[in-house]
Amino acid sequence: MTITKRFWISLVFSLPMLVEMILKPFGWMMPGGEWTMLALTTVVMMVAAGPFLQSAWASFKKHHSNMDTLVAVGTTTTYVYSIYAMATNQPVFFESAAFVTTFVLLGQVFEERMRNNASNAVEKLVNLQAKDAEVVRDGRVIKLPLSEIVVGDVIKVRPGEKIAVDGQIVSGSSTIDESMITGESMPVEKKVGDSVVGATVNGTGTFTFRAGKVGQNTMLAQIVELVKKAQNSHAPIQGLTDKVSEIFVPLVLMIAILTFLVWYVLIGASVANSLIFAVSVVVIACPCALGLATPTALMVGTGRSARMGILIKNGEVLEAVNDVKTVVFDKTGTITVGKPQVTDVIGDANKVLQLAASLEQSSEHPLATAIIKKANQSGVPMSPAQHFQAIEGKGVRANIDGESAFVGNDKLLADVTVSDALKSKMTTLQQQAKTVVFVGQGTQIVGLIAIQDAPKATSKEAIVALKSQGLKTVMLTGDNLAVSKAIADQVGIDEVVANVLPADKANQVKNFQQFGKVAFVGDGINDAPALSTADVGIAMGSGTDIAIESGGIVLVKNDLRDVYKALELSEKTFNRIKLNLFWAFVYNVLGIPVAAGVFYFIGMTLSPELAGLAMALSSLSVVTSSVLLNRTKIAEVPAAS
Amino acid sequence: MKIIVLVLGLMMIAFIGWWFFGKHDVAKVDAKVNDDCQIVDVEVKGGYSPEVVVLKKGIPATLNFTRKDSSSCLDRVVFSDFGINQALPQNQQQAINVDTSNAGEFQWACGMDMFHGKLVIK
Repeated sequence: MTITKRFWISLVFSLPMLVEMILKPFGWMMPGGEWTMLALTTVVMMVAAGPFLQSAWASFKKHHSNMDTLVAVGTTTTYVYSIYAMATNQPVFFESAAFVTTFVLLGQVFEERMRNNASNAVEKLVNLQAKDAEVVRDGRVIKLPLSEIVVGDVIKVRPGEKIAVDGQIVSGSSTIDESMITGESMPVEKKVGDSVVGATVNGTGTFTFRAGKVGQNTMLAQIVELVKKAQNSHAPIQGLTDKVSEIFVPLVLMIAILTFLVWYVLIGASVANSLIFAVSVVVIACPCALGLATPTALMVGTGRSARMGILIKNGEVLEAVNDVKTVVFDKTGTITVGKPQVTDVIGDANKVLQLAASLEQSSEHPLATAIIKKANQSGVPMSPAQHFQAIEGKGVRANIDGESAFVGNDKLLADVTVSDALKSKMTTLQQQAKTVVFVGQGTQIVGLIAIQDAPKATSKEAIVALKSQGLKTVMLTGDNLAVSKAIADQVGIDEVVANVLPADKANQVKNFQQFGKVAFVGDGINDAPALSTADVGIAMGSGTDIAIESGGIVLVKNDLRDVYKALELSEKTFNRIKLNLFWAFVYNVLGIPVAAGVFYFIGMTLSPELAGLAMALSSLSVVTSSVLLNRTKIAEVPAAS
Repeated sequence: MKIIVLVLGLMMIAFIGWWFFGKHDVAKVDAKVNDDCQIVDVEVKGGYSPEVVVLKKGIPATLNFTRKDSSSCLDRVVFSDFGINQALPQNQQQAINVDTSNAGEFQWACGMDMFHGKLVIK
């Protein structure tokens, strides 16, 4: 029988006794008197409270105890005593047993609903998945269920359709609503070559894409996996409740017996009154509230953040966030866009670009990519390079059109002299956060190319928001000091550590850990050690898999402002856990003495019915407080002025 | 009369202490391996029996949970290390697949963290 059914039966059979309780002062008595009460309560005990007894007995045999133990002991004691009292012509309190059962079941009905509410974030995510897709096989378009799609399939997406799996667009273009994955409400434009994510919704265009990841490897599947793990993880703060819950119920039973002994033996109250105090103690105690305090809040908190595109991996991270004092950022790809662009060409633009592009053709350096892109855009032809020679950390040298040429940074300039005019140009450019490379022919410098990796539009706001929380912000980069300093000034970062070798990033994080907990935000492979060293590793979702693996928080949207939101959400969730635990403890610590009649002499007592109601409300209120986390306001990141 | 009640009461307290806090054997079961997979049935009734399940490392394992208890305390089983949170409808067998690639001891618990069981993978 379901809990809901048991509740209704219990309520229906308790109601006549409630009516009698209210109408008694007006002289109305229940027909049949005590016999009717006995009959009604017996039904409640057998049908509605029966399962409590069975469960309590089953766990008792295993040397365990739980919530049901307390309810069973409480109601049975009242019921059995009332039968005895009836036989010996003393006042009975059958209604207590019936009411307690009704209230406890009422609490459980709501609690069950709330708990399902708290845990359905994962279900919602899974339901985002498309059911089927139109796949091109052997030249024909056929509709296939999701499970039959394999990597390499070409899939057709019509306007308004859900994209089935992750992949890359091969023809057509469209705008795509990715809000379900990233939390970003603006649709994103996609064209040939762009990647699409399964479960996102196509806008008005039609396109085909090649499946790159299917099944358990899709982004959605991985997010679901992450959220599941996070929701069921243990927060360290739970260690306390784990210990308490083990001894809680037996301890309460002991206190109840003591209560009876004190009232009956020491104070000399009647058996009935002493028993009422003891039963109230048993009924009011609520270990469930303690046990539910952390997991429900964790579930709601991580579920909500996942919907905002912030994946918090576990309860430990959540707890660590609270004491973070310093936020350390990687520069390239985190604060900046990560795609350097040529901004200035000094000298004969065509000649400088032609030389530089010819030299850089076979280089894989990100700066080289920027130069070649610029050359292509300006329609500058490239000449073949001979005797190509890369000089690590300095630049490249080769023969172009039979003449020796080079491109590189100032360290390559040992043999050539640079005019003062060019030098001052260089300084100006560097102060504008631009990386400067020299282009030369023979022993002559022919020009400069300035390349800039601009900060993301949102970086400044993000830093301002973090600083408003009293956090110290630091930028860690392998770039030179002048350029990094300029970028730091643009976005408002407090401190810059430049010229850091990749292997040294983790050590730098350790240095900052001397002054308190550190959060590190990064995206590259070289950031992985720093991400795991930091107390809270925050990985950008665009980052490499290894970075995401090492981070404790993943920002799907790649928006630095989400760092602020992630910290805020974690803090809110953790504070809710603390609040829940506090109330659950205070409730029990205060409730038990009141029920035991400690405050009897100032006129404060609790009947078992009220104790049962309080118990039902206490676990309900804890779960409700967790579910309300879904509604707490997360402050928007204040706009940078 | 009161003396008898007092003595009885104190004896009950002592009994509760011994019964719940004393050292008692817990049911422990080693998984049987057949056809490259190990299966253990776990009955959920007033706790878990067996309470300790020993699995062999590297062999896919399935735990079949059957909840016979009507208590809502036990209506979910949570393996926090594996991200598993499985609802257990009453009297229905629910298979839970466990990743045995890492050795170690892993706790499982009911949804309210009141009842515990332990998985030993070695």
